[in-house]
Amino acid sequence: MDEPENEPASELASEPEDEPIDTEPLTDPSVPYGTPPEQLNRPPEPARPPFSSVADLVAKVRSREMSAVEVTNLYLTRLQYYEVRLGAVVRITREQALAAAEAVDEKIRQGADEELFLAGVPVVVKDNLCTADCPTTAASKILEHFEPGYDATAVERLRRAGAIVIAKASLDEFGMGSSGGFSTLGSCRNPWRLSDMAGGSSGGSAAAVAASLCMLSLGTDTGGSVRQPASFCGLVGLRPTYGLVSRFGVIAHACSMDQVGPMGRYVEDVARAMQVLGGYDPRDPTSLAVEQPDYLAACEKPLVLDDKPVRIGLPKEAHEAISDPLLRDVFETAISRFADNGATTQWLSMPMAKHGLAAYHLIAAVEAASNLARYDGVRYGRRASLAEPTSDEEVLSALYKRSRQEGFGPEVRRRIILGAYLRRFGHKEDLFGRACQVRTLIAREFAQAFEQCDVLLLPTVPIIGFAVEDTPNVPLELYQTDVFTVGASLAGLPALTFMAGAVRTTTTTPTSPVGMQLIAPRLQETLVLRVAAVYQRLTTFHKLEPKDYLDSEEDPFGV
Amino acid sequence: MNNSVEYEPIIGLEIHVRLHTRSKAFSGAPSEFGGRPNDYIDPYSIGVPGTLPIPNRLALEYVLRLGLACGCAIARMGEFARKHYFYPDLPKGYQITQSDAPLCEGGRLDFLFCGEKRSVGLLRIHLEEDAGKMLHDPVRNVSLLDFNRAGTPLAEIVTQPDLRSAKEAAECLSAVQKLVRFLRISDGNMEEGSLRCDANVSIRRKGETLFCERTELKNINSCKQMERAIESEIGRQIDLVNRGETVTKETRRWDAEHERSFPSRKKEAETEYAYLPDPDLPPFAIDPMWVQSIAAALPETPMQRRERYMKRMGLSAYDANLLSTDPELGAFFEATLVSAGIPEKGEASAEEDRRRAKLCANWLTTELLGALGQQNRPVAWSPVSAESLGELVRYIADGRINGKQGKEVFAHMYESRQTPTEIIERLGLCQITDTAELATVCRRVLAEPTIEKQIQKYKTNPKLLGFFVGHALSETQGKANPERLSAVMQQLLDEKTR
Repeated sequence: MDEPENEPASELASEPEDEPIDTEPLTDPSVPYGTPPEQLNRPPEPARPPFSSVADLVAKVRSREMSAVEVTNLYLTRLQYYEVRLGAVVRITREQALAAAEAVDEKIRQGADEELFLAGVPVVVKDNLCTADCPTTAASKILEHFEPGYDATAVERLRRAGAIVIAKASLDEFGMGSSGGFSTLGSCRNPWRLSDMAGGSSGGSAAAVAASLCMLSLGTDTGGSVRQPASFCGLVGLRPTYGLVSRFGVIAHACSMDQVGPMGRYVEDVARAMQVLGGYDPRDPTSLAVEQPDYLAACEKPLVLDDKPVRIGLPKEAHEAISDPLLRDVFETAISRFADNGATTQWLSMPMAKHGLAAYHLIAAVEAASNLARYDGVRYGRRASLAEPTSDEEVLSALYKRSRQEGFGPEVRRRIILGAYLRRFGHKEDLFGRACQVRTLIAREFAQAFEQCDVLLLPTVPIIGFAVEDTPNVPLELYQTDVFTVGASLAGLPALTFMAGAVRTTTTTPTSPVGMQLIAPRLQETLVLRVAAVYQRLTTFHKLEPKDYLDSEEDPFGV
Repeated sequence: MNNSVEYEPIIGLEIHVRLHTRSKAFSGAPSEFGGRPNDYIDPYSIGVPGTLPIPNRLALEYVLRLGLACGCAIARMGEFARKHYFYPDLPKGYQITQSDAPLCEGGRLDFLFCGEKRSVGLLRIHLEEDAGKMLHDPVRNVSLLDFNRAGTPLAEIVTQPDLRSAKEAAECLSAVQKLVRFLRISDGNMEEGSLRCDANVSIRRKGETLFCERTELKNINSCKQMERAIESEIGRQIDLVNRGETVTKETRRWDAEHERSFPSRKKEAETEYAYLPDPDLPPFAIDPMWVQSIAAALPETPMQRRERYMKRMGLSAYDANLLSTDPELGAFFEATLVSAGIPEKGEASAEEDRRRAKLCANWLTTELLGALGQQNRPVAWSPVSAESLGELVRYIADGRINGKQGKEVFAHMYESRQTPTEIIERLGLCQITDTAELATVCRRVLAEPTIEKQIQKYKTNPKLLGFFVGHALSETQGKANPERLSAVMQQLLDEKTR
């Protein structure tokens, strides 16, 4: 395999020295969020974790070379040190994590570790997935101290496999947003460029993995909320087929499109997570009762299907929409890499896809307005305090209005109003109904495309990233970043983003990862994993480390 | 009220039946009565985020049972919709119901009104979940919420506006109560809230075909109250029209204490519910084989049973009504029929079967219910089982004992709980039916010297037959079968006097 030209050789040469692992907590967990680094007691920067992959970590823990408690402390240290400047987590679950790690170690000691496929793996869970042992807020004031008292199925399955939940990741409120900036608890920054946003809505989950604050994370993808931040942060992010991973315990945004998705640095890591997450759950009425394939084995396979080369379809309109020459460069190089290594590529026209954005936002707004009707402060969550109104009716009305006005952020309110308007005055058939019809047409277009190819390859996002100051205030501009991701959401198809390359916009700015997206027919996760795994064998982009969030300011390319 | 003659009331009913399943419509929390507030809830019942609805198969089956019993068309695809409004007793801010595609459509509800059969058309029957309860505590000035009821399964029945009087409407409601009890899908208890009913009332001039503006009456807690409420509303509307005003479309709340209705404060008529097909519950296919099996297992409805009793068994309307409307009596009666030798749910075309059926009915409604009634006991308590009663009827119908003996045996049965066979043997009561034996007795009687004169008188007065039969009967200590004896005696007398 040839090394690509723009790969910095020095990057790979600088291996971390062997350092003793520091297990003491470095900073006081009760230090308020947002304290600038200068005011913290600054001990030395924590070492990078000595694991090359999830498989490596699991092997070390199960062979008792390291204990799960040691591993957990290692990552908790990193988390506490860096999370202030990243804003990636809303809550660190220190005691719970250490207790869980103890339990995993105990199981290993007793030899009862057959199920522990992810033994000791630190994971960060997006805060719209319910966890039994700590509050779940969906980054919203209206669920400020809310304790669901149960684990989401996805979380339960990870825990059962021995993974350790060390923190709840920040997100755009209720999953509504594409920047990571709509959290009421502060924005989440991209570890590759602190001046940029991590993306959304699973920004925290992505930033945490990218900065090695954990090895795997769970996000949720409604219109691209796993893939977009994963792309901005240089990760592999998978959106499974609709119904493959249970939605039980996911705080709903748009039920017909919400899916839990894993993020990790390597394709194999994500495959491992899928092995644990996928499968029928009787508590979810939309859960699919299908046999789980061997996702991990798929990562070893070549670009050959049924003795024929894998046919990669390239949606013409999507690729032509990219104007930035840096991005075009990365994409064209990536395509030729696939072509040179056994796959056939062909251009396809998919004209319906561009209507996906409007259809998605209409449908999502209507479903979101419905799903968020339950947040009124009456049974749980934050309830507004009331001044003296005059009659019973006014009390009730005031309670609802004030609780919801105070509890929801601006983007959430925007979408609820839009959804309510569409339902009540849009005369369903006119707008919502038509959006559903467009959705059917888009699904059909995918089906037709898959008659000519096995998998689609297209960009994940149309931009390199956006800076905090530049984050569009006009929501419509922000919605545009979803243009390539909504299609798979509307059609319920599996879609994966991987790091296709890296760019620098000037000689002084840090590296920016560039992601590309693979979409396959329903239940063909193995196909997108396979193709992405091949890419990771052909390249070393995924081994790049972000540097901007570290104390030291090394030039990432160093040449 | 001369003017009321010109108008006819148009009434339709909306009935909510609470289905007697073990768990709620879309979650596993228990669906029970009694209990303290919030004893029977789970996270779904209070709308905890992240919980999802799972349809209750038995609830679906109960709605299908009801629809099939009414002859409705059953949908091929089931769908659920969300109906949105904000109220504290509605945990999710929406109710899961069915909007465009109810499980059952069309069909009819048959019931008795003034002894005659009436038939009301049904618009639809569908499945939905109930809301919780909100109570106001005026002392502490707080509102209290109880979610035990939230999520329990309801069957909503909407009738066509075919009813034409308040009494008829009350009868119709009562018929629904009996039907759901008979189908064992609900206890139909209005006091406990297992059955709730709203009435839509309007009036129009007799002879017209268009419908006018209607009002909706709510908060009706019994069949009697239904009648009074509708009467009151009809009167109110007629008064309005006579004064030259128009009836406005509104919701009115019935106050049973003051026997008046008041306009409801909640602006329900104006609420836009924004129905949305529930994205959590994709449409599902309803297996026709499953529907068939439910139909096959359907118990007879009271009206169907009434038809069968009257037409095929020749029971009187009174007996048929009584035996078809009480499920326990009906079951007892059916078991008695079987024991008496009548094929189950059979054609009963033979005269003999009809005779036996009538006997069963008489013994049940007159003798058994009479005895139980004196002790104020229900039929479930009866010391006489259906099998025993049927056996007794069999003895009588075969002519092995006569009616008078039957009563004696019955009294013993009631006291001692023994079977008829045991008692008859013990008392040696078997009736003499053998013609030859009877003939012997008759000849003996006729041979007596004191009877000679009477025989001569018989020539001119055939009614004296009874005198001879009576003698013969007492000769046999009442054991002779009266009809046979009479026939034999008559034959012999005719011979003698020829």
